[in-house]
Amino acid sequence: MSSQEPVVKCESVYKIFGENAEKLLKSSNGKVDAQEFQDAGCVVGVNNASFEVYHGEMLVIMGLSGSGKSTLLRCISRLTDTTAGKIFIDGEDLLSLNSKELIELRRSKMGMVFQSFALLPHKTVLENIAFPLQVKGSSTQDSMTRAMEMVELVGLGGRENYFPRELSGGQQQRVGIARSLAVEPDIWFLDEPFSALDPLIRKEMQDEFLRLQGVLKKTILFVTHDFDEALRLADRIAIMKDGIIEQLDTPANIVLNPATEYVRKFTEEVPREKVLKIESVMDPVDDNAELSDLQVSKDAIIETVAEEVLSQQKPVAVLDDDGKTIGLLNCSTILHILFGDRSVDSKKD
Amino acid sequence: MEFLTKNKKLVQLAIVFIGFFILVLMTGQYSDIIDVRDGFTNAVEDGKIVAVTGFSESMSMIFSGQLPPQFVRIPQLNFLNPVVSTSGLYLFISLLLVFGFVIRNYYSVSQTKVINPASWLKENWPNLFTYAITSFFAGLFIIPTLITWIFGNPSSSSFWNLPTIVTDFANFLMYDWFPIQVYDPDIEEFEDKALIFQITRGISAALLFSIELIREILLGGIKTIVTFTSWDWIDENPWAVWPALPWTVVCLTATMIGYALQGRGLAILAAFSTIYISVFGQWQPSMETLSFVLIAAPVSFALGLFFGVWSFKSRTVESTLTPFLNIAQTMPHFSYLVPVMVFFGIGDQAGAIATIIFATPPMIRLTLLGLKKVSPEVLDAGMMSGCTSFQLMFKVLIPTARRDILIGVNQVIMQCLAMAVIASFIGAKGLGFNLLLALNQLRVGLAMELGICIVLIAVLLDKLSLAWANKQTDYFADLPFIQRHKWSLLFLVILFSGSVIAYVGNFIFNGSINYFYLIPHNKGTTLEPILQGGIDWFLDTFFFALQGFNEWLIVDVLFPMREAYLSMPVVATFFLVMGIGYIIGGVRSALIVGSFLLFIAVLEWWERALITAYMASFGVIVSGIIGITVGSLCAQSRAATKVILLICDTFQTFPSFVYLIPVMILFGITDTSVLIAVIVYATIPATRYTVEGLISVPDSLQDAGSMSGVTKMQRWLKIELPLAFPHIILGINQTVIFALFMVIIGAFIGTEDLGQYIIKALSDKQGIGNGLLLGLCVAAIGLTVDHLIQTWASQRRKMLGID
Repeated sequence: MSSQEPVVKCESVYKIFGENAEKLLKSSNGKVDAQEFQDAGCVVGVNNASFEVYHGEMLVIMGLSGSGKSTLLRCISRLTDTTAGKIFIDGEDLLSLNSKELIELRRSKMGMVFQSFALLPHKTVLENIAFPLQVKGSSTQDSMTRAMEMVELVGLGGRENYFPRELSGGQQQRVGIARSLAVEPDIWFLDEPFSALDPLIRKEMQDEFLRLQGVLKKTILFVTHDFDEALRLADRIAIMKDGIIEQLDTPANIVLNPATEYVRKFTEEVPREKVLKIESVMDPVDDNAELSDLQVSKDAIIETVAEEVLSQQKPVAVLDDDGKTIGLLNCSTILHILFGDRSVDSKKD
Repeated sequence: MEFLTKNKKLVQLAIVFIGFFILVLMTGQYSDIIDVRDGFTNAVEDGKIVAVTGFSESMSMIFSGQLPPQFVRIPQLNFLNPVVSTSGLYLFISLLLVFGFVIRNYYSVSQTKVINPASWLKENWPNLFTYAITSFFAGLFIIPTLITWIFGNPSSSSFWNLPTIVTDFANFLMYDWFPIQVYDPDIEEFEDKALIFQITRGISAALLFSIELIREILLGGIKTIVTFTSWDWIDENPWAVWPALPWTVVCLTATMIGYALQGRGLAILAAFSTIYISVFGQWQPSMETLSFVLIAAPVSFALGLFFGVWSFKSRTVESTLTPFLNIAQTMPHFSYLVPVMVFFGIGDQAGAIATIIFATPPMIRLTLLGLKKVSPEVLDAGMMSGCTSFQLMFKVLIPTARRDILIGVNQVIMQCLAMAVIASFIGAKGLGFNLLLALNQLRVGLAMELGICIVLIAVLLDKLSLAWANKQTDYFADLPFIQRHKWSLLFLVILFSGSVIAYVGNFIFNGSINYFYLIPHNKGTTLEPILQGGIDWFLDTFFFALQGFNEWLIVDVLFPMREAYLSMPVVATFFLVMGIGYIIGGVRSALIVGSFLLFIAVLEWWERALITAYMASFGVIVSGIIGITVGSLCAQSRAATKVILLICDTFQTFPSFVYLIPVMILFGITDTSVLIAVIVYATIPATRYTVEGLISVPDSLQDAGSMSGVTKMQRWLKIELPLAFPHIILGINQTVIFALFMVIIGAFIGTEDLGQYIIKALSDKQGIGNGLLLGLCVAAIGLTVDHLIQTWASQRRKMLGID
């Protein structure tokens, strides 16, 4: 990625709920067994999470309810206090900030979108979006101008004087998104932003979200319980279960090489052609082979080029960003992915 | 048999009742004495019976099937008065208890946490207060009392002297404690004055000044001008007088505000109210009442909000405040009056303070409730927007909790006007005072007109404040000067034209009363003769019917019921109430309600308390039956629901004294009057909660019922009632508290219960102890019922899975 210094960095983060959490954690020497803790009256939220997120990257944290994904997000935004471990935001130790510094950090660097929108019921769309700016102390003039820009950005122009109760769920979440972006944060937290929406609206909002990200290029931590959504949006996915990160990898690698049985269950039903890029299935360059005229990019999703490739008699060249040929694609490979026994991983290895 | 083992609680209940009746039957030779009011006490005073018998005699009495006298009525008991007695033993026991509590808590905490004594102290210091109070209470009151009860008499004070002790303590606090040097400009010297006295007089003066200021803006006068200048200056400058606002100006301004805030409906209401008030010649007292409400209500609101927010922020504050709130909400208004009078003097400011004390607790409650209901995500959103904790509170939490806070404002205004009459006992001027006067002279028609004035002011203020709070949203519009200030400009126009009209009126009415300026008190029209005529006709026509009903009720229902209550031996009452407490909430509840009862029992007013309980329970039973029936019937149709809720709202606005007016006409000064007023007043919450409970039954369940083919009756009995019951029972709880209040107010027209003594204490300078302790007795009755019902309802709700 563009910067070597991670924007968000977690080192062995633990979050354990309960009266005597600290005492238990100290005695367990970092090896936390959820069952053992539960017997002692504690609930393990996050268990030894370590990872880094780089600038402009979108990390999706995926897990079922109770897996600790939201807790992890709340730890990183410091909405809950971490039981143990370290979190760095731009190299700054988050947990050592005092409340004033924390407020400053949130005002300048963080934005968050919530599952149930969390709009202020007594403020209009415009006022809701301007809220973080006004809290910061911007003048009414400036904050209104900026809020109006955000209204346009999320496509709510003409509805700026509506109250949240007068909007549909999708529209309310657009307001939530606009509010979180109003202060131009570097890090964008989204806590199941689309879960409360209807499937059709959800799809629409995901597209909208991708469009926004294409323009804004924020560093994003996105929490969801929907594996398809994770595959659709993520640069990398962290799959959580019982507070533990089971696997953290790119969507393709997760689909191709599930690290645990738990992850495999998620990937089984996933149509690979919709997830995998050409790069992950191509054959090595064979100088002797006769190539067809068609050339495809290594980053293309298989589904999008499958029809064209299948219509070719000869293997197709795969190009990288610089236009250099880095591999070959045979029809048989595509056919295998589309109709085969779905064990592509064996071929790749 | 199997049924019994399955329903353990039923068996327990049966045992409690059987035990209770056996105890009731064991009064033996005392049975004739105790079923008249104060019979036992009088008999003991006359020397006819002894209050306490010795141990062996008591045992033999019990074995012969009769309770010894100290179990029939608790006699005058002694407790250790730490000021008077120096017995170190009990103090030592108390300290031992404190120590024990601390050790116990320390060990229970250190089991779950690594902790050293210093950090334990830092975290748990609030507990120390509870421990100290509990221990000293146990060591100095309970243990010595038990010892006196069982073994005889250590030298100490009697519980019956408690009122005197409280009075002495208050007087000491007020006049002697912590003298400070104060400069007295009249004698030009420094004087010793007690600290508390200075503080309370300062508060009084500030409040009085603000009330006077508003009053003089409305009615004219010179007192506030004097405050800044001097009487000499006023005498030299005859022009230095506030002119009153002509009533036309107030009327039009109220109408304008109504229109600006909401629209035509509110404007019409405002116009109607103000015109009614002036036409009926009640302008002056109404404005006096208004001036005092306009101070008391905002102060109550601010205090309520402050404490509500504080208790939301700190658990310690919340748990400290809760018992005070409980007591404040069950203590009758009257019992505050004496202490307020002693500490703050007599006059409008005292009335305002009594009102504030009464109106603040519901505001605190509702603020806290509203804040707790704010969704955690909204809170998170506020935090992520980078709010400081101040911004979080005032820009996120309070606005989001606005609904409940507004209900609080409504409550504050209602309480303020309900107190208007009661506050006039300690010198608040205005409608309440006139109403009281009219009631004293039995001028019922006039009292009715005054009552309507109070209701109109209450409704108008309530609607205006509600509209104002809902209005504050469009402060963005970028408007030209005239648009932005149109209402202020219009006000100036109204002020000017009103003054001109009033001036012109001088010439039109030439010498007589200027109806365009102020309509003097009782110089308006009045419907009194007509009303009085109607009432006289009604009484003439129905005299014998009413009389017959009255007699029947008193002779056949009330007297026997009262006798039954009085003939309960004190142990039987304890057994019954604590037994029910045990069934509902286990040992803890039994002990809590037991201690409430004990408080009443050790004071000298046990028999009076029984009479209060009898009147309240009669009222509650009848109100409950009427309320649940009416509520259930009305909940069947949507239109009827709306109507009944509107009726409840309206009736709730009436100050409680107003209820006494019609019943006094019909039944004169008897228990029946009081009880009917109690029933009417207490039926409101019973009806309202029934309706609310029934209509909140989820639609899906209703549909499920319909699809199972239930009849109307089955639907009511099997679906609606069980689900709504927890809510209805909370309504009954409110009914109990309303009934108690009304019973005490009823003492004003003559009852023989605790209220009678409370009213007596009002006219006694030394009545502070009596007033407070009697009030606490009433509160203890209320709290007993409240505790039982709340515990049961919350268990039941948990079982049904409602929130």
